[in-house]
Amino acid sequence: MVRSTPVKNEKSMATIETPAKIRIRNLTKSFETRAGRVIALDDVSLDIPAGCFFTIVGPSGCGKTTLLRILANLETPTSGGVEITAPAANRPGNSMVFQGDSLFPWMTVWENAAYGLTMRKRPRSEVEEVVGHYLARTGLTRFAKAYPHQLSGGMKQRVSIARAFANDPDILLMDEPFSALDEQNKVLLQEELLRIWEETRKTVLFITHSVDEAATLGDRILIMSAQPGRTKRIVEVPFERPRRVLELRVRPEYGELVYSIWGQLRDEVHRARAQDEASAPT
Amino acid sequence: MNIVRKARLAGWSRGKLSAGNRDRLINIASPIVLLALWEIAVRVGMLDARFFPAPSRVFDTFVKLIESGALWVNTWASLQRLFWGFLLGGVPALLLGIAMGLYRPLRASVEPLVAATYPIPKSAILPLILLIFGLGEASKIVMVAIGVFYPVLINSVAGVLEINRIFLDVGRNFGAGRWQVFCTIALPGALPLVIAGVKLGLGMGLILIAIAEMIGAKSGLGYMIWNAWEILSVETMYVGLIVIALLGFLFSLALNELERFIIPWKAER
Repeated sequence: MVRSTPVKNEKSMATIETPAKIRIRNLTKSFETRAGRVIALDDVSLDIPAGCFFTIVGPSGCGKTTLLRILANLETPTSGGVEITAPAANRPGNSMVFQGDSLFPWMTVWENAAYGLTMRKRPRSEVEEVVGHYLARTGLTRFAKAYPHQLSGGMKQRVSIARAFANDPDILLMDEPFSALDEQNKVLLQEELLRIWEETRKTVLFITHSVDEAATLGDRILIMSAQPGRTKRIVEVPFERPRRVLELRVRPEYGELVYSIWGQLRDEVHRARAQDEASAPT
Repeated sequence: MNIVRKARLAGWSRGKLSAGNRDRLINIASPIVLLALWEIAVRVGMLDARFFPAPSRVFDTFVKLIESGALWVNTWASLQRLFWGFLLGGVPALLLGIAMGLYRPLRASVEPLVAATYPIPKSAILPLILLIFGLGEASKIVMVAIGVFYPVLINSVAGVLEINRIFLDVGRNFGAGRWQVFCTIALPGALPLVIAGVKLGLGMGLILIAIAEMIGAKSGLGYMIWNAWEILSVETMYVGLIVIALLGFLFSLALNELERFIIPWKAER
């Protein structure tokens, strides 16, 4: 599956060792708003290797979500393009874990988790098995017949994750899935996500505004600049897997990594704030 | 302060009625008291029995009409017309409304038409309907259908537009086709408002069936009321009104039950 505009100038690539699963070339996205043209993404080029847990951090408004939505085919780029290695037959290209509440209120937990498989008309036995597995992995088996309004925020995001994994996509796209959760739930879900991911090691693109989250989960961290969104730097995360979230966070190397990322981000956050203040009505 | 509240709560539970039960008691008692006052007013001659027959006499007529079978025949005739009218008006309205909610161009092309025809009093269309469909069953069914069509259509469109955009994104991302989006997202998402539209349509349907049956019908509750006017049987008129009110009440109870059954995801009420 290729959806892209041809690229002539191959810009300097951050990393080219494993074959790239996702190649983003000179991607630009702008929106027309009442206040004029807003550039959400400006000439972003990026390679994401297969099997990489790739995290993206940046100040709010840096176009992270736009980038993910373009990869999910929910939005079209203004210029530039995306190339994604075709998935195996019968396998969906990507599944997204959305930010906030995206479970269908009219479906039970089980029906929500089975959504992708049902839409692809997979045989009943396969759906039963796969959904059963992921509900068990996320500790939701007891709640299979419950409706989302009966669940807590953390449980809802678990269902969201189960829905994406059960669909067995080539690539997982995660858009700040834990941002609305309290700190304890966040850590629990991060651990669960890592555990489930270890089983399959799919290519993951994980967006967050939390440096901690990016460093805890990712193999690589892309730091994005404030509006217009550009790639600022890619940081390798040296920690071995499997990881345990809390053990990882007390290590001095972890602290150093987070500190250095913060250093890079600080300028961007200040820039974003200066822009906000400049554009604020006086 | 806490102690005062506790004392108050204790006071309520000891001997006195809770607020909810007291409401229920008043709900039942007030119409009974009203009917009793009415009965007394007629008997002492304060109310003119020619226009406001005593409830006891209306009840006698009610029993007589049941025994003669006339009430049942007329009620059944109206019910059948309501049923077919609901089907004929409601189903197309639902499908068109949801399609309009999903597809902007369709919405843009049909909306002005709806906006222009909706304010026309449905009763004013009756002569035209009689002209087109004749004096038989068809014209009555079509009248009900027109009455049901608009509220269901308007609410179905609104119901789909109310659906959070994120659900449509989820559908697209998980590969749902057009028909799948229709069935798994648009229809269930719009359902709460659709049911509200059906309730509005029900009221409209009852109004229109009564009007339609008053003209050129040989059966139905509307016919029964009109006929009673012609033979000056005021009690029969009241019986007709009571049965229509009762039907409306029972239908809305049934719809509330149906709502609970087909919208189980709404927080328990």
